[in-house]
Amino acid sequence: MDKLNLLAAAPEIFLAVAALLILVADLFFGEARRSVSYALSLVALVGVAAICGVLLAQDTVAYAFDGLYVGDPMGNVLKMFAALAVGLVLVYGQGYARDRGIWHGELFVLALFVLLGVMVMISANNLLVIYLGLELQALALYALVAVRRDDARATEAAMKYFVLGALASGFLLYGMSMLYGAAGTLDINELARNIATGKVASRAALVLGTVFVVSGLAFKLGAVPFHMWLPDVYHGAPTPITVLIGSAPKLAVFAVAFRLLVEGLLPLAADWQPMLAALAIASLAVGNVTAIAQTNLKRMLAYSTIGQMGFMLLAMFSGVAGGSTMTVANAWSAAMFYVITYAITTLGAFGIVMLLARQGFEAEEIADLKGLNRRSPWYAFVMLLLMFSLAGIPPTVGFYAKLVVLQALLGGGMGGLGGSAAVWLAVIAVLFSLVAAFYYLRVVKVMYFDEPTDSRPIVAAPDMRVALSVNGISVLVLGIVPQYLLALCAQAMVRTLGG
Amino acid sequence: MQNTLPWLSMAIWLPILFGVLILGAGRDRNAGVVRAVALAGALLGLLVTLPLYSGFDAALAGLQFVEKAMWIERLNAHYHLGVDGLSVWFVILTAFITVIVVIAGWEVIESRVAQYYAAFLILSGLMIGVFAAADGLLFYIFFEATLIPMYIIIGVWGGPNRVYAAFKFFLYTLLGSLLMLVALVYLYYAAGGSFDLAAWHDVQIALPAQVLLFLAFFAAFSVKVPMWPVHTWLPDAHVEAPTGGSVVLAAIMLKLGAYGFLRFSLPITPDAAHELAWFIIAISLVAVVYVGFVALVQTDMKKLVAYSSIAHMGFVTLGLFVFNQIGVEGAIVQMISHGFVSGAMFLCIGVMYDRMHSRNIADYGGVVNTMPRFAAFMMLFAMANCGLPGTSGFVGEFYVILGAVKHDFWVGMAAATTLILGAAYSLWMYKRVIFGEVANEQVAELTDIGAREFLVLALLAGAVLWMGLYPKPFTDLMGASVADLLAHVGQSKIPAAQ
Repeated sequence: MDKLNLLAAAPEIFLAVAALLILVADLFFGEARRSVSYALSLVALVGVAAICGVLLAQDTVAYAFDGLYVGDPMGNVLKMFAALAVGLVLVYGQGYARDRGIWHGELFVLALFVLLGVMVMISANNLLVIYLGLELQALALYALVAVRRDDARATEAAMKYFVLGALASGFLLYGMSMLYGAAGTLDINELARNIATGKVASRAALVLGTVFVVSGLAFKLGAVPFHMWLPDVYHGAPTPITVLIGSAPKLAVFAVAFRLLVEGLLPLAADWQPMLAALAIASLAVGNVTAIAQTNLKRMLAYSTIGQMGFMLLAMFSGVAGGSTMTVANAWSAAMFYVITYAITTLGAFGIVMLLARQGFEAEEIADLKGLNRRSPWYAFVMLLLMFSLAGIPPTVGFYAKLVVLQALLGGGMGGLGGSAAVWLAVIAVLFSLVAAFYYLRVVKVMYFDEPTDSRPIVAAPDMRVALSVNGISVLVLGIVPQYLLALCAQAMVRTLGG
Repeated sequence: MQNTLPWLSMAIWLPILFGVLILGAGRDRNAGVVRAVALAGALLGLLVTLPLYSGFDAALAGLQFVEKAMWIERLNAHYHLGVDGLSVWFVILTAFITVIVVIAGWEVIESRVAQYYAAFLILSGLMIGVFAAADGLLFYIFFEATLIPMYIIIGVWGGPNRVYAAFKFFLYTLLGSLLMLVALVYLYYAAGGSFDLAAWHDVQIALPAQVLLFLAFFAAFSVKVPMWPVHTWLPDAHVEAPTGGSVVLAAIMLKLGAYGFLRFSLPITPDAAHELAWFIIAISLVAVVYVGFVALVQTDMKKLVAYSSIAHMGFVTLGLFVFNQIGVEGAIVQMISHGFVSGAMFLCIGVMYDRMHSRNIADYGGVVNTMPRFAAFMMLFAMANCGLPGTSGFVGEFYVILGAVKHDFWVGMAAATTLILGAAYSLWMYKRVIFGEVANEQVAELTDIGAREFLVLALLAGAVLWMGLYPKPFTDLMGASVADLLAHVGQSKIPAAQ
C-alpha cells in the first residue's frame, strides 16, 4: 500500500486548492464581478461532491498519510452531503448577504474553509488530526459569525461562540491527552487494539478521558447540559451563517463521534453508553420544552436542534454494549440517516427565513410568517413540508429518521441498561416528539390560519427559488421513496465497520 | 386475482393525483374549473372502487386484489395492498363520501377553493390507503398522513375557534399514534424483522407484552374512535370544522380507529383483548349511555350530532369486543351505516347553517313550513340516527344488541337503552328545529333545498334505505372474513411453556 496515498484525500486537496484560488481570484474580480467568485465557489463544491461520489463508487476503505487519514464509504457519503449543504448555504444566503453588505470574497473562502475543516474531521484517523480539522472549521466559523462587524448582536454571538467553542475544544483536547496517556497512541485503530488487548496504563485515566471527549462532542452537538451557546449563536449570527453552523458541522461531529466512540473506544461502550443516554434524555426534555416558549423562529429552531440532537443520540448508544458489529452498524447508520435528513430539512427551513428577509428586515419572528399561504402558496407549502418533516410526521423523510432511530433503539438492546429500558426510552422519546409537534404545528398555523400583515411580494434570485423548491420537495420525495438514502447509509456504515 | 388492473393502487393514487393537480394549477379565479376537475377526480376515484365490489369473492376469507412489491429493503417493508371482507366496504364508502363532499362544497366554499378540494381528495386517497394497507408500516404512514390535510381543513375553513380545535385534533391523535409506533417497531422485531400484518397475526407473545401492546394500540385507536373518556376533541373538531370536514371526520376518520381494533388489537393481541374485554365493554357502555345523555342537553346541533356519533361508535367497540360473529358483523355494519347517517346529519345541519349562519337549536323552529322537502330528508336521517327499522341504523344496532345479549344479558340490556336515548335526542332536536310555529323572520325567509343539495341528500337517503331494507350484500361480503378473524381471536398467542 502506498503510504502517502494522496488519492484517498483527493476531495480535500481539490477543495484546499480551489479555496486558495478563489481567494486570489476574487481580489481581481472585485465588487463588480463578485458573481464570478460565487459561481466558482459553487463549481468547486460540485467538484468536491463529484470526487467524493467517484470515491464512494469504489467502495473501499483507504488510508492516507501513513494512517493519519482514512477515506471510507461513510466519510464519502457525509462529505458529499456536507458539500451540498455548504452549496445550499451560499445559494440561499446570496440575497441576504447582498442586502447587508457582507457579500464579500471572504464569505466564500471562509465557507469553503469551514467545509475543508468539516472534511478533515470526517476523515481523521488520528486524535490530533481530528483536533486540527475541528479548529480549522471552528476558526472559520468564528470569523463568519462576526462578519457583520457593526452588528452588536452578531458580535456578541461571535464572542460567546468563540469562548464556549474554545472551552469545548479544550475539553476534547484534554480528553484526548488522557487517552494518549493511557493507551500510548494517537492512532484510533491502535487505540482500539490497545484497549482490547489490555495494553493500557490506567483504565481510570481512559474512562476519565472518555468523559472529557464525550463532553467536548456534546458541546459541539449542542446536547444538554452543554447547549447554552446554541440559541444565542443561532439567534445572533447572520442567518446564512446560522444555517452553516447547523448543517455541515453537525455531520462532522457525527463522524468524529463515530471515529472516537465506535472505532476507538467501542470496548468502553458500557462506560459511555449511560453518558449518551443521559445527554439524550436531557436534550429531548430541555430542547423541546423550551422551544415552545420561543417567539423568534431562529431561537425556536435552535432549541428544536437541541431536541433533534437528543433524538439522534438515542441511536448512537443502542446496540453498542454487548452487541455485534451488525447492531452497531444498524444503530449508527440510523443516526447517520437522522443527521443527514436533519441537515437537509434545517437548510430548507432557514432558506425560507432568508427568502422572506430583505433590506432592514430579518423575518426571524414566527409572526413574520403570518399568512404566508396568501402571499405565496408554494413556499408556504414548502415550509409546511419542512415543519412536518422536523416533527416526524409521515409521509416526510423526518418520519423515517425517527423510525430508524426507534428501530435501532428497540432492536439493539441496551446492554448494561437492561432490556426493558429501551422500550421506556422509546416511549419517552416519542412523548417528547409530541411536545415538539406542537411548536412545529404553530408555524404551520401561522402560515395557513392567520391573515397576512405584510403584503409585499417575495423576491429572490432564480437559483434560490429552484434550490429551495427542490429542497422542500426532496423532503417529500425522500419520504415516499426513502429506501435509497436508507440503503446508502446502511451500506456505507456496514462497509466502514466491516472492511 | 391474477392479471387484473391494480384497482387498489388506482383507488388510492387517483384522488391524490387529482388533488396534486388542483393544488398546482388551481386558483380562485378559475374556481369553476377546479370544482369540475375535483368532481371528475372524485367520480373516477369511486369508479375504480366498483370492480372491488363486483370482483370480490365472498367465499374467501383472506386478502383479495393483492398488490405486493418490495418498498424499503432495509426495513423489509413492502408496498402491500389488499382488501378482505372487513375492509372492502370502507374503501367504497370512502370514495362515495368523497363524491358527496365535493358536491356539497360546490357553492359554499368560495375562498381558496383549489386548496379545499385538493385537501379533501388527498385525504380521500390516504384514508383508502389505511383500509387497503396490508403492511404495518404502510398502514401507519397512511394513518398518520391523514392528520395533515384534516388539520389544514379544520384550521383554514373552520369556525371561530378553529385554531384551538385543529391543534386539539392533531395533538390528541398524534399522542396515540406515537405510542402505536413504538408497538409497531416492537412487533417488527417480535416477528423476526417483518412489517407484514399476516406475519404479525402468527407471532407468539407472552401475556404481559401483549397487554402493553394492546394498550399502545388502544391509545391510538380509542382516541380516533373516539371512546369515552378521550372523546373530548371530537365535539370541538366537529363544531369548528366546515361541513365537508365534519362529514369526512364522522363518516370515515372515526372508522379508522375502529378498523384499527379489527386489524391490530383483536388478531395480534387476542389474549390481551380477552383479558381486557370487560374494560372495553364497560367504557363502550359508558359512551352509549352517558354520552347519550350528554347529547340530549346540547343546544348546538353540530355538537349534538357529534355526541351522538360518540355514542354510536361506542356501539361499534361494544360489538367488536363481545367476540361473536353477529356482534362483529353488526359493528362493521354499524360503522358503514354511521358513515351514511352521520354524514347526512352533518350535511343537513350544513344546509341550514349556509342559510342562517347559526347552529343553535334555539334559533330555529318551524323550518318545515318553509323547507318541506328538506324536512322530509332530515326526518329520514333523524329516524336512521335513532335506529328505526327499515333504515340502515337499525341493522347494525340490532346485530350488536343480539351479539351483546349472547355475551351477557345485562350488557345487551344496557346497550339497548340507546334505542330510547337515540330517539330522544334525535327526535327532540328534530321537533325543536323543524316543527312548530315559524320561530322568527329569518326562518320565514328560508328557501328550500336546490337541485345540488337535493342530489346529495337523495344519494345518501338511497344508501340508508338500501342498507336498511336489504343489508344482505353488505353482510355477505364480510361473513367469511369475520368468521376467520374470530377463529383467529379464539386461539391463544401465549407461547407454550416448555
